[in-house]
Amino acid sequence: MKTITDHILDIVQNSIRANATLIEIIVEENKKNDFYSLIISDNGCGMDEETLKKAANPFFTSRKTRGVGLGLSLLKQNAEMAGGNFSLYSVVNKGTEVKASFQLSNVDRPPLGDVWNMFYYTMIGNETIDFHYIHKTENGTIEIQSEEIKRSLEGVSLRQKEIREAILELIQNNLKEIKATN
Amino acid sequence: MTKIKSLADLRKIRDEVQSKIKLRENSTHPEQTVQIKIGMATCGIASGAKETMRFFVEELEQQAIDAVVTQTGCMGFCYAEPTVEITLPGKEPVVFGFVNKTKAEEIIEVYIKRGELVDGIIPMNFKTIDE
Repeated sequence: MKTITDHILDIVQNSIRANATLIEIIVEENKKNDFYSLIISDNGCGMDEETLKKAANPFFTSRKTRGVGLGLSLLKQNAEMAGGNFSLYSVVNKGTEVKASFQLSNVDRPPLGDVWNMFYYTMIGNETIDFHYIHKTENGTIEIQSEEIKRSLEGVSLRQKEIREAILELIQNNLKEIKATN
Repeated sequence: MTKIKSLADLRKIRDEVQSKIKLRENSTHPEQTVQIKIGMATCGIASGAKETMRFFVEELEQQAIDAVVTQTGCMGFCYAEPTVEITLPGKEPVVFGFVNKTKAEEIIEVYIKRGELVDGIIPMNFKTIDE
């Protein structure tokens, strides 16, 4: 995975498979403390303790289509490579939280990437799920909610060209405003 | 163009395009929509499924083809990612492997627009064997 965005795109698929209806993605960066973190939490079916222990193992998966599960293990590897940590919390029937932290200045920290595309594609790919993207920097916090966007469109399709461009621009401009590092 | 920064700006855009959309939307019949599913699991993303999805969304829109592009999980063909499942109206779904931009272009031109099959199909119709 080349970017944080790729990881988000990937981990969010786990939450979708866990039948989550609300998925919250939080990226927080702090230059002063040289800190960068990614938290993805959902209200899906969760995991029991035994599954939780195995989840970050690349040779464990709940799928039947293939025998490996690299999503979480790759994120764990990237975090640890970039001077950070990885942790997982989960409660059955309540949800799961994935936390990865990085050293902001570390050369191995993946860049943020095109979060706006990730958000838009995940949103049109899963219209019944509410996605929240929160990005915090020292200059401020932005929060983008897919339900809120859909509500303000009042039935106009997300897939309209003008709407797509407007949503992408909205996210990009907001990120610029809080001076998000890429 | 003014910068879009808030939901209020988004609403303005919505109002601007709403009238245009009505004309377009009238031609939409769900039974004529092409359904495209992009494999978006770890294997797909690592092989560039995001770029494939982006290409499909933009190109189909450009050519005004009535299609719905969505995401799906891993179909078990990790060696052939990015994989794309295409369902033409009234037809069985077909899965294509190694769909990069060039392949996607070919699929749109030949399969979606003319209905002719192209190389790179992953045969997955196992149910005929069972029956």
